Amino acid sequence: MSEFKGSQNYVASEELMRAVNIAMVLEKPLLIKGEPGTGKTMLAEAISQALGKKLIIWNIKSTTKAQDGLYVYDVVQRLYDSQFGGEGVDNIEKYVKLGKLGEAFTADEQVILLIDEIDKADLEFPNDLLWELDRMEFHIPETGRTVTAKHRPVVIITSNAEKELPDAFLRRCVFHYIEFPDRELMAEIVRVHFPSLDEALLTQVLEAFYRIRQLPSIKKKPSTSEIIDWIRALVHGGVDPSRVVKEVPYLGVLLKKNEDMDALRRTWK
Amino acid sequence: MFEEFLYTLRRGGLKVSLTEWMALMEALEKGLHGSSFTGFYHLCRALLVKSEADFDRFDRCFLQYFKDVPFEQEVSQELLDWLDRPDVLRDYANWDEEQARLNELLSEEEIEQMLKERMEEQKEEHNGGKYWVGTHGMSTFGNSGLSPKGIRVGGQGMHRRAFRVAGERRFRDFRGDNTLDTRQFQVALKHLRQYSGLVDLPPTEFDVDNTIQDTAEHGGMLTVRYKKPRQNTVKVLLMMDSGGSMDYYAQLCSALFQAVSKVGHFKDLKVYYFHNCPYGRVYTDPSLLPSGSVQTEWLLSNLSSEYKVIFVGDAQMAPYELTGGWYYGRDRDPSLPQCGMDWLERFRDKYPHIIWINPSERPSWGQYWCETYDAIARVFPMFPLTVDGLEAGMKKLLAR
Repeated sequence: MSEFKGSQNYVASEELMRAVNIAMVLEKPLLIKGEPGTGKTMLAEAISQALGKKLIIWNIKSTTKAQDGLYVYDVVQRLYDSQFGGEGVDNIEKYVKLGKLGEAFTADEQVILLIDEIDKADLEFPNDLLWELDRMEFHIPETGRTVTAKHRPVVIITSNAEKELPDAFLRRCVFHYIEFPDRELMAEIVRVHFPSLDEALLTQVLEAFYRIRQLPSIKKKPSTSEIIDWIRALVHGGVDPSRVVKEVPYLGVLLKKNEDMDALRRTWK
Repeated sequence: MFEEFLYTLRRGGLKVSLTEWMALMEALEKGLHGSSFTGFYHLCRALLVKSEADFDRFDRCFLQYFKDVPFEQEVSQELLDWLDRPDVLRDYANWDEEQARLNELLSEEEIEQMLKERMEEQKEEHNGGKYWVGTHGMSTFGNSGLSPKGIRVGGQGMHRRAFRVAGERRFRDFRGDNTLDTRQFQVALKHLRQYSGLVDLPPTEFDVDNTIQDTAEHGGMLTVRYKKPRQNTVKVLLMMDSGGSMDYYAQLCSALFQAVSKVGHFKDLKVYYFHNCPYGRVYTDPSLLPSGSVQTEWLLSNLSSEYKVIFVGDAQMAPYELTGGWYYGRDRDPSLPQCGMDWLERFRDKYPHIIWINPSERPSWGQYWCETYDAIARVFPMFPLTVDGLEAGMKKLLAR
């Protein structure tokens, strides 16, 4: 069994790596929660890269149904085809299109399946997937075919905790909460993205960043993706490190709300 | 093996089921804990805990169960007194790189074993060194030390190297004791829906009946028809009692409020607050500040009667608050209702679908508070704020 140890572009905490490996060995879905911008979605990409396995992403929206992930039977197309005597109308199989979950099951080698933002969907959505994720198979009544996973995919599920997930579903998952990285880990993450970054600038950036995050008046706290963008802006603008903490240039990259910007300007010294 | 831990967790309020426990056993058998205590801790947490809000609870149970494994019990008060040296917290003078490298190589088990031995031997205070249990030194136990690895005994975590991370209770802030099971409430609220195709949406749904009809009319020439998807048309006006005797039910009410606002399938949701009984003004904020208020008259004339109204309150107040004047003085305009009861009746007359959800039980007979409770229950159908009560209430709201 291959083991996940982080990847070139993704710095994972020890706990996270452990959780990933537990989930892979026990063949259970890994449920990832955490503040927005802590790299929940990136994790699946990193795992797929590190293990050299293909990544299949199923993006969940508020209208997504569990059925969409299994297969779609395009009945309208079949009706049209039958009208004009198209070839293979008798073959229902031709009109059954597998969804992302079906795709992951039928893949010829083990894949990573990312079910992204599962909490966006309807309240009952996770319950509708229990059987499929447990047994790794589903039945297509139209063709009488049962799709069984050739290789059990590694399932990563992310949630922003917008809705609570049902207990029965949670019981089947391995759970990990991504904590917001502390300074040391953040420095490591930044170095992965900017290998040649000036140390003085990095220290200043982290100083300013964590001070901003600690301000109680800031509603939407900046996260990892924002600090990366901010550094990119600072490097591009050639800002002198000594100005970073004092003036917080390119503030708009860090803070996305007007109230937050005003609050910062009032309290910053 | 340590089944008692399962029961410790369950007593601690974690809903660990047998499924998860068996998974843990399987994982241990496969050696996923990596034969280390930290690994075991993370493994247990990943498998048994399903919300960051429960991490702190888990940490406490974990400590409670494993704290004495294998040594903490034996720490003598004498040793703890020696170790109580807050003055050395940031003393780095004893840093020894060579020793740090050696300590890194030790496993948790070795350190535990060494600590046991030291505790047998140690007869006096030793600080700053690399062998005994002491403070600000390079040994792998004691506190405020500089070793990259070790067991903290007494004192406070300074450099976060002690591998007994559970003791630090980092997740204390995540505890959400007030988040009751809003999911159950949400499921109950899901009943509150009325679908209608008369909404302004593009036709995207396949319409079987009309397709057959039109195809037949075209002599078998396939004519596909689509229709507008049906959408929930229920609009909800939520009126919540705030403050005073309602404070006892604040958690329950906040769970209901979260459920109502999260369920998100209503066409419209309006929330207003009042204290005890709505009078001339209702408030947009639970703190009932006059700046965030609207006239109740405005509310009644602007929200059409198709809104389904849910009052939430304990219906317990002094009788004069309902039938007499009220805190804020009578309304000067004689055309407006003159007491709380009149206002409630205005609501009932305007909105055919209206219920009162009560977080409190009816006070037993003869009590002062019963009067208003019964009076309001005569005006509105009243339901208890429980999952069953809520479901019954939703049915009542949908009845035509």
